[in-house]
Amino acid sequence: MENSKPEKEARKISRRDILAGLAALPIVGVIGYGLYKNKEHANKINSSLLSEIKPEITPGLPPLIEGKTLRLGIIGSGGRGGYLMKALGFLHPDRIDEYEKNSKTDKYWKQYLKDFRAQENLNVQITAVCDIFERNARRGLEAAANIHRNGTGSSMGTPPKRFSTYKELLASPDVDAVVIATPDHWHVPMALEAARNGKHVYCEKPLSWTIPETYEIRKTVNESGVVFQLGHQGRQTESYNVARSLIKQNVLGKISLIEVCTNRNDPNGAWVYEISPEANEQTIDWKQFIGQAPWHDFSLERFFRWRCWWDYSTGLSGDLFTHEYDALNQILDLGIPNSAMASGGIYFFKDGRTVPDVLNMAFEYPDRDLTLLYSATLASEKNRGKVIMGHDAYLELSDTLIVNVDPQSSRYKEKLEQGIVEPFKPIFSYVPGQGKVDAITSPTEKYFAGRGLLYTYRDGKAIDTTHLHLREWLNCIRAGKGAQPSCNIDRAFEEAMSAHMGTVSFKEGRRAYWDAEKEKIV
Amino acid sequence: MRYTTTQSFALIILRLTIGWHFLYEGGVKILNSGWSSKAYLMDSGGLMKGFFEWISGNEALLSFSDLSNAWGLTLIGLSLILGLFTRVSSIAGMAILLLYYLSHPAFPGIEYLFPSDGSYFIINKTLVEFFALLVLCVFPTSQIFGLERIFCKNKQRNPSYGK
Repeated sequence: MENSKPEKEARKISRRDILAGLAALPIVGVIGYGLYKNKEHANKINSSLLSEIKPEITPGLPPLIEGKTLRLGIIGSGGRGGYLMKALGFLHPDRIDEYEKNSKTDKYWKQYLKDFRAQENLNVQITAVCDIFERNARRGLEAAANIHRNGTGSSMGTPPKRFSTYKELLASPDVDAVVIATPDHWHVPMALEAARNGKHVYCEKPLSWTIPETYEIRKTVNESGVVFQLGHQGRQTESYNVARSLIKQNVLGKISLIEVCTNRNDPNGAWVYEISPEANEQTIDWKQFIGQAPWHDFSLERFFRWRCWWDYSTGLSGDLFTHEYDALNQILDLGIPNSAMASGGIYFFKDGRTVPDVLNMAFEYPDRDLTLLYSATLASEKNRGKVIMGHDAYLELSDTLIVNVDPQSSRYKEKLEQGIVEPFKPIFSYVPGQGKVDAITSPTEKYFAGRGLLYTYRDGKAIDTTHLHLREWLNCIRAGKGAQPSCNIDRAFEEAMSAHMGTVSFKEGRRAYWDAEKEKIV
Repeated sequence: MRYTTTQSFALIILRLTIGWHFLYEGGVKILNSGWSSKAYLMDSGGLMKGFFEWISGNEALLSFSDLSNAWGLTLIGLSLILGLFTRVSSIAGMAILLLYYLSHPAFPGIEYLFPSDGSYFIINKTLVEFFALLVLCVFPTSQIFGLERIFCKNKQRNPSYGK
C-alpha cells in the first residue's frame, strides 16, 4: 500500500509532461511551412514555364511496314559498312564471340549484346556483297549469313553472293536496294548506277565528292523514283525534334548565332586508322579504289586512311561538318547558306595528309539574320557543344537538350525579376526516353541537366539511331507511292552544297557565295 | 543513468536538428512529383557501384527506392522531431544513411559527377550524421521531450530519467 502512492503519481500525466511531450509540434509546423513555400516556388516555375510552351514529342516509333523480304546489296563492307550491317541485324559471328566474352566481366557489354539481339528484325536479306579488299568482302559475307545473331560454330544462313565490281552487283536481279559505304569519291558514281538500275539507295554521307556530280545525282534520283536516304542518322535523334518544336514556339527568341564544333584528339578520330596485316596489292583491287580520283601508286596509307587526302575525301567539311549541318537543317530548315568563309590548316597531323586538321567556317544566312559557325580540331577533345543562341535563351544540344535563359532576355524579363528563372541556368531539359520536357526546379536537377551525358552513356538503353535511319528508309520503300525518308535527295543536295561551299572557300582562300536562282556556287 | 539538464538539452537539440533535416528532405521529395533517385544512383561509386546502378536500371526497384526514400526520410524525420519510436527511427535513419554512404563513399580516387560540398577522406557528413544517430539511439530523450513522455507515462516510468 505504501508503494501505491508513488505508482499512482507516476501514472498521472502532469501539465509539464504534456508541454514537454508536445513542445516539438511547432517545429513540424515550421518545416511544413518551408515545404509549402518550396512547393509553391516549384509550381510557379512549372506552370509559368510550361504553360506557354507545348513541346512536341513523337510518341514511339511508327510500326515497321509489312511486306515481302527486301533483298539488299552492300557495297563496302568495311568499318562503316560493317556497322550498317549490324544496324540491319547482321553481325559477324566472331564479333558476337567477342561481345559474349566481354559480357562475362562487363555488364555494359552484356547490355550491348542484349540490345543487339533484341533489335527489331527488319525483314531484310543481304543477297549481295561487294568490297574491293578481300578481308572485308569475306567478313561481309560471313556477317550477312549470320541470320540468327549467334557466335562462331552456330548454324548460319546462306551466304550472299560476292561481286567483284559494284556494277555487277547493281545489275543483279537479286538486289532490290543497296547500302553504299565507300570512300567519298565513290558515293555518286555508285548511287547513280543504282538509281539507273532502279535500286533504292541508302548512301553514307556526304552525298558527293565534287560539285557537278551533286546536280547529276539529284536529277537521276528524282527521275528514277527510287527511295534515297543519306546516312545522317542524327535525323533520328529525339532531342533534335524536341529542339525544333521549342524553337518553333519561340522559346529562344530571335536566333542570330549558331555554333557547332568537332573536337577529336585521337588517331582514330583523325582518320589514322589501323592498316590490316592482310592488306597488300594482291588482296586489294587498287585500280577500282582509284576510280575517278587522280592516279597514285598503290599505297596502304591511302587505302585505309583515305579521309586524309582530297583525292578521295571531302575533308572536315564533308566528313564532319555535315553531321552538324544536317542536324541544324533538320531543326531550323536552314537550307543552303548565302555565303561561306573558311580558314584552317594542317597544324597537328603532319603525316602527309592534304586535308586540314583544323578548320573554321562561317556561313551567313542574311535572309534569316543569322550566322552559322563551325569550328573543328582533330587535336583537342575540349567539347564546345552545339549551341543555338537566341536573344531570350540559348539551347545546348547533344542527345539531351537544355535551355538556359539569357540575363538580358526581353521575353523572360519579368520572370528573371521575380526570381522564377535564373540567368544562365537551365530552365528546360529533355532526356531521351523520358517522353516529356521538364521545367527544372531543384538545384540537383540543374546540376544533372547540365550533364545529360550521364543518361545517354550510362543508362545503356540508348537506341541505335543508325538502325532507326535504315528502318525509316525500308519503311518508305515498302510504303511506295513516293514516300520520302527524312534525309532524302533534296536534304542531301543542301548538305553537299553547303559543305562544298566551305571547301571552295578554304581551297581558294576567298568567300564563296551561293547563287540561289541559278543554284550555283560562285 | 540520469542526464543533467545540459546533457538533455544537447541531445534533444541533436535529435531535433537531424529530424528537421530528414523531414524536409523527405517532404521535398514527396511533394516534387518528378523526383527520382535515378541520377544519384547512376552516379554511384566504390565497391557497391554495380548494385546501385542495377537498381537505377530496374523500373520496379527504382520505384521502390524512390518511394522508400521519400517516405522513409519523412517518417524518420517526424519521429525524431515528435519524439515517438525514436529508437526504431534512429536505426532506420542509420540504415538509409549507410546506403547513401555506400553509394557515394568518400574514398580517395573516386570521383562523382555530383559535386561534393567539401573535402573528405573516408569520413564525410553522411557518416557523421550516421554516428550522430547512433548517439541518439543509445541516449534516448523522447521520454524527456517528446510524445513518448505522454504515452509511456501510463506503462512504465523509465528509471533512467528521474524527475
